[in-house]
This record gives sequence, structure tokens and C-alpha cells, in this order.
Amino acid sequence: MIEFRSVTKQFPDGTVAVEGFDLVIPPRKTTVLVGSSGCGKTTLLRMINRMIDPTSGSILIDGEDTASLAPVKLRRRIGYVMQNSGLLPHRKVIDNVATVPVLNGVPKKKARAHALELLDTVGLDRSLAGKYPRQLSGGQQQRVGVARGLAADPNILLMDEPFGAVDPIVRAELQQETIRLQAGLGKTVVFVTHDIDEAFLLGHQVVILQKGGHIAQVGTPAEILARPADDFVASFVGADKGKRKLRIERVDGTDVVVDENGTPTGVLQP
Amino acid sequence: MKWLSSNWDLVWQLVFAHVALSVPPIVIGFVIAIPLGWVANRYRVSRGIILLVLGLLYTIPSIPLFIFMPLFLGTPLLSPVNVTVALTIYAVALMVRSAADGLRSVDPDILQAASAMGYSGWQRFWRVELPLAGPVLLAGLRVVSASTVSLATIGSVVGVSSLGYLFINGFQRNIPGEVITGIVATLVIAVVFDLLLVLVGRLLLPWSRRDSRVRARDVARSRTAVLTGAG
Repeated sequence: MIEFRSVTKQFPDGTVAVEGFDLVIPPRKTTVLVGSSGCGKTTLLRMINRMIDPTSGSILIDGEDTASLAPVKLRRRIGYVMQNSGLLPHRKVIDNVATVPVLNGVPKKKARAHALELLDTVGLDRSLAGKYPRQLSGGQQQRVGVARGLAADPNILLMDEPFGAVDPIVRAELQQETIRLQAGLGKTVVFVTHDIDEAFLLGHQVVILQKGGHIAQVGTPAEILARPADDFVASFVGADKGKRKLRIERVDGTDVVVDENGTPTGVLQP
Repeated sequence: MKWLSSNWDLVWQLVFAHVALSVPPIVIGFVIAIPLGWVANRYRVSRGIILLVLGLLYTIPSIPLFIFMPLFLGTPLLSPVNVTVALTIYAVALMVRSAADGLRSVDPDILQAASAMGYSGWQRFWRVELPLAGPVLLAGLRVVSASTVSLATIGSVVGVSSLGYLFINGFQRNIPGEVITGIVATLVIAVVFDLLLVLVGRLLLPWSRRDSRVRARDVARSRTAVLTGAG
């Protein structure tokens, strides 16, 4: 469990990225922080592994204040996946995956053997192990990034817009993979995105943020869709544009689901 | 050619002296330039000051610098140390800019990712930042190497043994073969050093090799793999 307690972050240039932020992130679930750019979602994520330290307030992991933990050690037990993979270009795929265990003192041979297994886990062919990141496609690099995030078997996996830079088809594939991995491994995933559809797809808990890290609404996707807290949320999830208000039309004996504009979006299964 | 065949021993002796005179400044200059380049890259003010001072140092003509060295170092007038130190100063002056540029060329996102993985500042510098600056450092070092090998000839003017002796002596005694031998031998040393550096780069920086054909093939293959669901 991760707990934010009235966390405020003001950067040296005076910008207040986050103000009085409170949130409980349940264990073994995916929590998605979603909002437009500048809402402080990445700042919030980076405060969990102390890439950024809060100006005031505290962040607790399983009841332990992270301020009392050494940042480098803390980071090694939290997985981190970022946009554009952030892979080390001078290390082969397998060594990228083995990075954190090796930093933790696991013998190289053992770390590499485990890294090969992780390539299987994230659906990559083992033949890629000896390649350099630039020899891989964007989607493959992102999978390596996920494997690297999982390598030290952390309880927590932080994902900072990990699929923002890949094309829609690969993106959909990676999203499904993330759901499968999370369900299989039972990690606490904190996921940052600006895409509400991605948030609803992945999140058990979705946190909709406004400027300054103010929470507009927290809930399950269904709760948010059923009762948007205010106009901002309604507009953000697209309820006001009619694309979330669906109705059924009967076409040739089949129930077709159409949105408010009459655009068909799917077929109702009997 | 006739001159060369009858003075073979002298030429070899001078080649060795020249190499011995050139290598320490290149190596020491590189080692000194890295921390200076780091500081230059770290803060904008220090970048300006360091690069300005070193730029000025490089403009000092070499002969006066060789001659004034004993005053600073307290060494004998004819000591090779004078030339070594002076050449090191030139090497540092050239190399710091490459070091600063090289460190600056490292993608900040990658450094951030490295920190997020749990590299400490020290580990991050040695295992990520410095290797990634490698290609630019190598390019700078090749310039330093060529410059040092060429400048070392001037040591002969102040009586320190190097291939420059062949220019001076051959010019004074009007033996074109001797002058040409000096020039060619200096060039050969410079080229051999350069090739060695390129080789070391190949070994230490295998990831930086640009082979567009291989890359294009790999990208094409990975696309196919994604489409067929194997990737």
C-alpha cells in the first residue's frame, strides 16, 4: 500500500506542481493517475521512488515513511518503466534487463539467466537478448523496459506514460500484456497517462487530476462513468461529448450499440 | 632514400623517442580533461570560464611555452619533462571541450532512467555517463593525438629528442632526404596512433557502430515479427 499524506511539491522556480495531495493506493491493484499535461501526475509518480522529494507532507509505503529510506536503495526495490523505454543504449538487451539485480549484487551469470526468463514473461523472443536497444522496434524496447522494471521482483511497479510513443496497434497489445502481467504477478502498479481510455482499460482505481495535483475524482472506471463528480470530470471522460452515452438500436434482428451521435460502437451479445 | 638507408639507426631511435614523448601527454591530458570537462558541463558559469582559460592556453605559442616551463617547474632547461608538461597542457586545452561536449551529448532521459533504476551518482557517472560520452571523447582524443604527435617535433628546437631533429638538422645541412624522412615518420606515427584509437573504440564502444544496413534489416525483421505476433 502506498499512501500520500497532504503532499505538496513546489519546484525551485516557484511552480506548485502538487498541493495538499492525499491518496491511498491499494496493494496488488493498478491505480492510474490521469490528467492533462501539467496536472502533476508525473511529479506524483516520481515522489514515490524519491526521484523527487516532496516539499511537505509524507509518502508511506506499507506504513514506512519513504523520507526515512535511502533513495538509491528505495529505487532498487521499485520497478520503473518510462516513456521511450529509457534503456541504456550501450548495454545489450539482456544486460539492460539484468541492471537492477546486478546493482543489488546478484552475480552476473545468475542475473542474466533470470533476465532470459523475463524476456519470456514479457513476450519477447530470447534471440533478442544479445541485441542493442537501437536494433529493436519501439514496441520491443518498451517490453524490454517492462522486463527491466520487473527484474528485481519489486512489489511496486511505476509506469510513466510507458506506451505514449508507440503506434496504436502495438500500444493496444502492450496494454493487454500489462493487464495480463499485473493479474498474474499481483504487483501494485501505479500508471500515469493522459489517455482516459487507457486509464479506464488498465485501472482498478482511476484518479482524475486537475492542475496542481488536485483530485477531481477517485473511483473505479464504472463509478466514474456512472457518476462523474463534476463538469470537469464529465468533460474529461467524454460524457459530455456523447461518446459515453450509448443506446441500443435493433438492426436486422441484432442489438447494435450506438453513441449519442448515432455512431455504431459495437454489438450487444445476447 | 640513400640518406635513410645509411641513418636507419638514428631514425628508429628518434621514432622511439618521439613516441615516448607523445604518449604521456595524450594519456595524462585525457585523464585530466575528464573531471574538468565534467565541471565545465555541470554549471554554465564554470563552462564559460574553463573553456575560455583553456582556449587561451592553447593559443600560447609552443616554443616560448617549452622555454618557460623550467621557470614554473624548476626542471633543468633541457629536461624532456618540460616538453611533456607543455604538451599535456595543450592536450588538456583541446580535450576539455570534447569532454564537456561528450558529457553533454548524453540523453538526460537516459540519466534519469539510470537514477530511477537505482544507480548512485558515482555508479551512474562511471557506468552510464562516461561510456555514453565515449564516441565524442574518442573523436576528441583522435584530434589530441594528432596534435600532440605533430607538436612533439618542436621539442627538438629546445633540445629534446624527437623526429623534429630530422627537420632541423636536415634543413640546416640541406639534406632533403632527412627532412622528408622526418615528415613521413611523424605522419606514420600519427596515423598508427589514430588507427589504434579507432581500434580501441571498436572494442570498447561496440554499441556505437553505425551500420545502417544491419539496422534496417533488424527493423524490418522486428516489424514482421510484430505483425505475425511473434515479436
